[in-house]
Amino acid sequence: MSEFDRHDAESAADDDGVVADAHVADCEETVHRLYHYLDGELTDERRTAIQAHLDECGPCVDVLDFEAELRRVIADRCKDRVPTQLRDRIAELIDHERLTGGAPPA
Amino acid sequence: MPSLYSAAMRMTRNSSDAEDLVQETYLKAYRAFGGFQEGTNLKAWLYKILTNTFINTYRARKRRPEESDVEDVEDLYLYHRLGAGASASIGRSAEDEALDYFTDSEVKAAIESLPESFRMTVLLADVEGFSYKEIADIMDVPIGTVMSRLHRGRRALQKALAEYGREHGLVDVHAG
Repeated sequence: MSEFDRHDAESAADDDGVVADAHVADCEETVHRLYHYLDGELTDERRTAIQAHLDECGPCVDVLDFEAELRRVIADRCKDRVPTQLRDRIAELIDHERLTGGAPPA
Repeated sequence: MPSLYSAAMRMTRNSSDAEDLVQETYLKAYRAFGGFQEGTNLKAWLYKILTNTFINTYRARKRRPEESDVEDVEDLYLYHRLGAGASASIGRSAEDEALDYFTDSEVKAAIESLPESFRMTVLLADVEGFSYKEIADIMDVPIGTVMSRLHRGRRALQKALAEYGREHGLVDVHAG
């Protein structure tokens, strides 16, 4: 868990000193960084390595699709209808602020 | 306003407090708008006011659960459980479809079951789509804290959702 949280520049691609060979992530690394990948918070290098793994690993694509779908479902289900009286009340209060320069309503 | 109100609902967990919180946020934003710098993110600025107002108004009421109440679960907790149960009940490779069975109120309740700091971080990331950096600014915490709260909060959310999945018969009863 602590490794997941680390945000340093340590990179498997650099370890062997071969710059020309693009690193391809394995399943473990892909699952490990899946959320950072979905969050768009990976370095280009790591994103490319995981993309390369996804191009050739069906099971990891299934996992990625699931987690992406889960996120869509979470965002989609979390909507609430704004009460009309709340909209009206806020509009009124702001109007009042505008006209009186911020004095509290009597 | 709809997304701000929904965020307030998840934070306060009741509509009366959520209405007060949104109203207060709009008034503060209106009064502070002179201090808003053009070119900065208006949505993030509004959520920062919302978050600060929530914390200042409601933090005094320490409510469970605490972060320490959350037990850690393994990677892909929900995927493994829905996969096993769903294949048996609605056909193969049906994990994604299984997600359709979760209702609005179940997803909301699952988020609201998280400890406050996890709940707000997950909300800002997964519902509102803010970046780690934006969340760090909104909540006024280091980016590493955002990442660890997201990591643990998302896992806890998966565990809470798995409970509802179990009620729908989507989770293999033999899965732990």
